[in-house]
Amino acid sequence: MEAWNLTHSVSMWDNLAAFWRFEDINALWVLSGSILLGMSASVIGAFAFLRKRSLIGDALAHAALPGVMMAFLLFQSRDPVVIFFGALLSSFVGFFIIDWLPKNTKIKPDAALAITLSFFFALGLMLLSYIQGAELENKSGLDKILFGQAAAMTESDIHLLAYVSLFILITVALFFQKFRLIAFNRIYAQSLGISVKSYELLLALLIVMSVVVGLQLVGVVLMAAVLLTPIAATRYWSNQLTPMLLLASTIGALSALISTQVSYLAPAMPTGPWMVVSLSLLFMISLFFGTNKGLLKRWLETRALRKRVAEENILRTFYKLSERQQERESFSMADVQGMRNMQASQLHATLDQMLRKGLILSQSGGYRLSESGMQQASQLTRRHRLWENYLMQQAELSPDMVHQQAERMEHILTADEETKLQAELNSSHADPHGQPIPQGKGERHD
Amino acid sequence: MSPTQTIFPSHPPLSVKQLSMRYHHKPVLTDVSFSIPEGKTIAIVGPNGAGKSSLLKGIMGLESIIEGEVKFFGEDLNRKRLATAYVPQREEIDWDFPINVMDVVLMGRHGHLSLWKRPSRIDRDIAEQALKDLNMWEFRDRQISQLSGGQQQRVFLARALAQQANLYLMDEPFAGVDVATEKAIIELFSQLKQRGKTIVCVHHDLNTVGEYFDWIVFINARLVAAGPVEEVLTPENLAKTYGGRLSLLNDLTEQLYRSKVNKIHDEGA
Repeated sequence: MEAWNLTHSVSMWDNLAAFWRFEDINALWVLSGSILLGMSASVIGAFAFLRKRSLIGDALAHAALPGVMMAFLLFQSRDPVVIFFGALLSSFVGFFIIDWLPKNTKIKPDAALAITLSFFFALGLMLLSYIQGAELENKSGLDKILFGQAAAMTESDIHLLAYVSLFILITVALFFQKFRLIAFNRIYAQSLGISVKSYELLLALLIVMSVVVGLQLVGVVLMAAVLLTPIAATRYWSNQLTPMLLLASTIGALSALISTQVSYLAPAMPTGPWMVVSLSLLFMISLFFGTNKGLLKRWLETRALRKRVAEENILRTFYKLSERQQERESFSMADVQGMRNMQASQLHATLDQMLRKGLILSQSGGYRLSESGMQQASQLTRRHRLWENYLMQQAELSPDMVHQQAERMEHILTADEETKLQAELNSSHADPHGQPIPQGKGERHD
Repeated sequence: MSPTQTIFPSHPPLSVKQLSMRYHHKPVLTDVSFSIPEGKTIAIVGPNGAGKSSLLKGIMGLESIIEGEVKFFGEDLNRKRLATAYVPQREEIDWDFPINVMDVVLMGRHGHLSLWKRPSRIDRDIAEQALKDLNMWEFRDRQISQLSGGQQQRVFLARALAQQANLYLMDEPFAGVDVATEKAIIELFSQLKQRGKTIVCVHHDLNTVGEYFDWIVFINARLVAAGPVEEVLTPENLAKTYGGRLSLLNDLTEQLYRSKVNKIHDEGA
């Protein structure tokens, strides 16, 4: 620690270089410890998240504060093991109150959580201000557990942190199957005779442990984010729990790496906020760019759908135009707009796109369907009119209403569904408006 | 009688004696007693709020009962866990959970697996067979939110099947399923019956109850009737079950629970 205070005035680059040369063995310890914590907290937090008990981590972290202060007051020591057990004890007391209140009184779980959280936090703050006013040795740095300070951690702090994190990771790996079963379907797990209560207690113990060892790094106030943000981010990448857990622990580790770095470069900066901000950035990246329902992907899909629907609508318009005016060879944009409501700019863009795809051909100042365009247009028209007939047969609707529905349905029907519709209908060759239904492939008739 | 039956006197797969349940002070079920025969399909039938699901949960020890005794093959549930499979209601779980079909069905093997054991090759074979029996094998890698309601129900049934139990307790397996699934379930029932298994279902479609089941237990906060379909599916029993609750009976039972008399009454005895 001392070495760092001395080199404080040196430039940031020198600091960074010194950090990565691991001249200070403590820096290496802090780094690996915080990475382990980032991993274990995000893995154990995943189960709280999946069981829809997300806020429990927040409450337990706040509930640890009075325990830390009491342990310090009683033993007059900053020994990490003493502090750890103090925090563990008071977190568990908080856990049981949160659990007991809704079961035995009229208070609902969310209220029980909020009441317990604020009460314990207030108690912890009172004790902290008492300690700061009192004549006690060793008390400096105790307030750091509010927001976390990696650079202020001692070697023995880090050792404990590393051991506890490893313990959590190993336990989750061992009991993964049972934890997942209980998170997915608690009542079924119970029906199998699995002692759900003991596993839930074990899960609670692991969460409390990870919260308590994380206090010095992340702080009481922000610990919940480290438990929940990683797993929430992974929902935008995967649908399977194992890859999700692996990714969540990577995200946790990455944010730990970033924030520990910052804490060393600028020791005045608290680690917790940096960790949470970097986590939130990773979350936002996932939200926008995730391959599993990420916003960008959804936006692209909607855009592609919009383009396809516009294109198909114009194909249909050309089909109807040539059906009605068979003598004409080509049609103008005005003809198209006469039958289809569409802004000129969008119409223009869509026509260009269709020209490029070879669905329409430009001819004597207008456009007409190409061979492939004609094929697609008659298929769409066939689906449209089949659906109209089907609706007329199955539901009590006017021909007007069935047309509106068919305008939408034509875009999503598949060849398979088309065959099914055909089979359900008596072989009629005209739609409810008297228009002929174009024949599908391989069943031409004359 | 075959020799095995004389050596092991046959107990009914399930017998319930004077079972009572309540929600706070509201009586849910009072003094329900019945026992069911082996190798049959049994429907638990009654109006909404009659306590059908609660009865199943009470029997399985998933909700607490105030009084009563439940025996599985003449024993306590804990000694017959592996012989008993429970299928919860489909609506009770979050189908967005990140898990695929195969992993859900493998959960049926966890009653056989201790602590941190993972499913073995044999467990996987059993789960595979269960999925094939319900025509769901091709969906094994599908994430469960991408299944239709009927397919979700079949996954639940496959999971129960993977338990290889003798008694199956199912909470509304026919609720909100498509025709294909309904047929698959009926087919499954007849296969299970051929192997001497017993099936108890909460059911609320009176049109099909006579066709799908051999036995009926009529419930409306109390037991109305229990017996073979041809004996108990009568207009009188239907009227009793669906003709509204006996309000005085229920009001007074609620008063009894509120007064705590039933708690202290036998203290000195």
